[in-house]
Amino acid sequence: MIKEYRTINEVYGPLMIVKDVENVKYDELGEIELSNGETRKCKVLEIDGTDAIVQLFESSAGINLADSKVRFLGKSLDLPVSSDMLGRVFDGMGNPIDDGPRIIADKRADINGEPMNPTARDYPSEFIQTGISSIDTLNTLVRGQKLPIFSGSGLPHPALAAQIARQAKVLNVDANFVVVFAAMGITFEEADFFIQDFKKTGAIDRTVMFINLANDPPIERISTPRMALTAAEYLAFEQEMHVLVILTDITYYADALREVSAAKKEVPGRRGYPGYLYTDLATMYERAGRRKGNKGSITLIPILSMPEDDKTHPIPDLTGYITEGQIILSRELNKKSILPPIDVMPSLSRLKDKGIGKGKTREDHSDVMNQLFAAYSRGREVRELAIILGEAALTETDKLYAKFAEAFENVYINQGFYENRSIEQSLDLGWKLLVKLPRSEMKRVRDANLTKYYDKFKESDDGQD
Amino acid sequence: MNKGTIVKVSGPLIVAKGMKHANMFDVVKVSKHGLIGEILEMRDDLASIQVYEETSGLGPGEDVVTTNMPLSVELAPGIIGGIFDGIQRPLEDMRKISGSTIKRGVTLPSIDRNKKWDFKPVKKVGDFVQPGDILGVVQETVLIEHRVMVPYDISGKIVSIEEGSFNVTEVIARIENEKKEIKDVIMLTKWPVRKQRPFKMKFAPDTPLVTGQRSIDTFFPITKGGISAIPGPFGSGKTVVQHQLAKWSDADIVVYIGCGERGNEMTDVLTEFPRLLDPRSNESIMKRTVLIANTSDMPVAAREASIYTGITIAEYYRDMGYDVAIMADSTSRWAEALREMSARLEELPGEEGYPAYLGSRLAQFYERAGKVLTSGSEERVGSISAIGAVSPPGGDLSEPVTQATMRIVKVFWSLDSSLAYARHFPAINWLTSYSLYASKLDEWSDENIAKNYSTLTKDAMRLLQEEANLQEIVRLVGIDALSNPERLVLEAARSLREDFLYQDAMHPFDTYCSVNKRYKLLKTIMDYYYRAKEIINDDIELDKLFGMPVREKISRARLVEEQNIDDYFCTIDDEMEKQFKDFSDKEALS
Repeated sequence: MIKEYRTINEVYGPLMIVKDVENVKYDELGEIELSNGETRKCKVLEIDGTDAIVQLFESSAGINLADSKVRFLGKSLDLPVSSDMLGRVFDGMGNPIDDGPRIIADKRADINGEPMNPTARDYPSEFIQTGISSIDTLNTLVRGQKLPIFSGSGLPHPALAAQIARQAKVLNVDANFVVVFAAMGITFEEADFFIQDFKKTGAIDRTVMFINLANDPPIERISTPRMALTAAEYLAFEQEMHVLVILTDITYYADALREVSAAKKEVPGRRGYPGYLYTDLATMYERAGRRKGNKGSITLIPILSMPEDDKTHPIPDLTGYITEGQIILSRELNKKSILPPIDVMPSLSRLKDKGIGKGKTREDHSDVMNQLFAAYSRGREVRELAIILGEAALTETDKLYAKFAEAFENVYINQGFYENRSIEQSLDLGWKLLVKLPRSEMKRVRDANLTKYYDKFKESDDGQD
Repeated sequence: MNKGTIVKVSGPLIVAKGMKHANMFDVVKVSKHGLIGEILEMRDDLASIQVYEETSGLGPGEDVVTTNMPLSVELAPGIIGGIFDGIQRPLEDMRKISGSTIKRGVTLPSIDRNKKWDFKPVKKVGDFVQPGDILGVVQETVLIEHRVMVPYDISGKIVSIEEGSFNVTEVIARIENEKKEIKDVIMLTKWPVRKQRPFKMKFAPDTPLVTGQRSIDTFFPITKGGISAIPGPFGSGKTVVQHQLAKWSDADIVVYIGCGERGNEMTDVLTEFPRLLDPRSNESIMKRTVLIANTSDMPVAAREASIYTGITIAEYYRDMGYDVAIMADSTSRWAEALREMSARLEELPGEEGYPAYLGSRLAQFYERAGKVLTSGSEERVGSISAIGAVSPPGGDLSEPVTQATMRIVKVFWSLDSSLAYARHFPAINWLTSYSLYASKLDEWSDENIAKNYSTLTKDAMRLLQEEANLQEIVRLVGIDALSNPERLVLEAARSLREDFLYQDAMHPFDTYCSVNKRYKLLKTIMDYYYRAKEIINDDIELDKLFGMPVREKISRARLVEEQNIDDYFCTIDDEMEKQFKDFSDKEALS
């Protein structure tokens, strides 16, 4: 028999105090029944003697201290999971919002998951081809990696994320990615963009969507990414699928967390975010990965918009400390219509070294990568110098570098959102740009690759001139 | 049975009543799951307890049982090569029980009770022994001889000691104390993690810990027994530097603490370390490594304990007379765990919400490092070198954890994101980093490496400093404004950066640089500079001077395999001699 309490004593912000409870546990899920019969979910945040501090998952509007009833359900918040979830759309709390039938649960999984034993992890090392040169060649994504996109308002991160979801594949393997998509606090239009894009390409059939829009209660946002990751864990580690999880936008998630923290009167850390923001984000991000003896994988792409494009803001900052690299979008490139506007210099994939090279991509991959980085970096420096001192101050080699930097941006990065380049194409294109520089400048390339690739591409380049 | 009852649960902090009999910092078992917790505060008969495991599902009325023991680690053969969580639970064994994820309430002995070790006594019946004396030895791994010491509460005359095969709980010796009581000695001992293990005296450290990393060993050296910090924003390569130190430094034993960091990084260590060979012994470096892994998704309270677990293990091996290096990645995550518990205890916050005792806790941790004369009648010297990574939010070094750390450490390797973007690794900024041991080690280096060693490093550092000044000018008015000697400074500094400071951690021969290779490489680069400086004037053909063929050889020297070093540099010396002579001859002609 589940007891009902009519002892709600206080409601403030998303929190509520229920008095005189018995046998209530920390983190237990509860239900509030309003006087009109409507029910809302909540969970126990702290239990002190017979007082329970309860956090609402939904808005507190309409709660009446006298008439509302609270029931505690004896379990923590869980999600019914099943492979039937593919192709379906849910709200931020995991309830279906398309017109489809209810999900018949294969099992109910706790949305908080469990920490993975580090000895059970399998190191991510399989190359994912996204078809985007600036990612594949320079900031390679591997299966099981967590690689966020650092963006800003007005930058086309949805288009980039949709492109990755559409094009991502693992070479030499048939298995396709299934996509778990969680929207937290984004606008209808942005969410609709994803839905339409997935529909157009047919990807919708292998996608699970959790949608919490900007006008939904912020408090729901705290569970949304956990719902998505729980579904992803089920699909990856129990159904052995390859799952690509896109979480957008982490900034709004963190803001919701801040709201709850402020209501709890916790000591704020930087910019008012709670001190445990790092741990909170880590318990989500770390759910990505691969496990030994399991074919499935979770590759995680969180998207976050940096307030004022400030990388040192707590959200991108803490994210960067947890994730294995980052893809940074540049406003300058976007203004120049270089799309996708990926700023390759500060972008980074920490796991790239284990995912590239002979047998994975191509033997010359790391050389091309290092040389492109070095040349582009030098090219940018030269360009800056030219602004201060004028073109005349440049040496002949410097001019070649300046030209290279232009070409690199206009041809290599600027591929648009609908071109899908194979890794061979990306590497070949890299060589085509590099051969415009003298052979003696190829300091990062091993001799064998110089002969095999540089000379070959140089020849065909000379033929064209 | 000493039993209390839970009255309050708030995340990892619980409050229990009926706890008068318990002691501060006692370990308690919470609820029917037997979750491990530690008492942090006592008020009347209420105890505040931090729980090292997930507390979801706990509520008032459940039992709390005290063990009457502070949080301790088990010390015995079998630690080396292991991977433990923050409270020394063996993760490999846990996986066998609970699968890929960490389930709560798993209790496991830290050290395998069944494994037999061959114990060889070095003392005999009738010998008088005191705490810390070595009773006998066990070959723990190929590299490490485990010295079984007399426990700290026993001294007297040995009445029996046996050679043979024992597990860690079997009696290896009996000792009769002054009161004529006979005490059994087993290999397994326990030690409370928050208490420093005793030693006789501390020395100022005076020998270098050679890390095989040129930038560190040359300009910002750390000593055996020294302490250093690596602060840096994300993406600047902190973890790679820490891994490099764990792999190549010439400590006998390495304790690596992954404290609130990425799970995949620990996996990387676990897959890569067993395959790497120690350059001195040619054995797998895992045979001298202990890993403590408390990744960021694991319970936050255990993260707080992990660095104490690590340093206690380090002290144990130090007491045997070993040089131990301990790496903590990252102390900022540890401080955050401290902050979280402090907030839940409703303590008054200090700066940025960190507790006011952050600085003293950090100092207590780092002060457990050092070079000491160990307990026991044998004069053994052991050391602990501590290297802590710091992750300042936004790369801002003025934040509390970095500042509190900087007050304590003697070596500061400042990682720089602009160097990392330019793909210069290790991204240790040579202008802002420092080592207070550098001058102390000069003497050692001049004696043990080469007479002119300290002059070379000082000249090299001066070049790098001058380069920074000159570059300011270049940025404003262009390179043409510089005189030829100034251009030479730029060129030599560039060579120092690209051919010497830059070190590729992924390259098989460049990842570790021996003392010999480091000295010869530095000497060669500086030789070129000295020679060029002698002949340079404003009419000289710079392109020819800078484009001298020998310089390409210099730039490839860092990639040369260790065994070919001497020949390689001999050839370079000869070629340089000849090319400078030819150059001067031509100059004289024209």
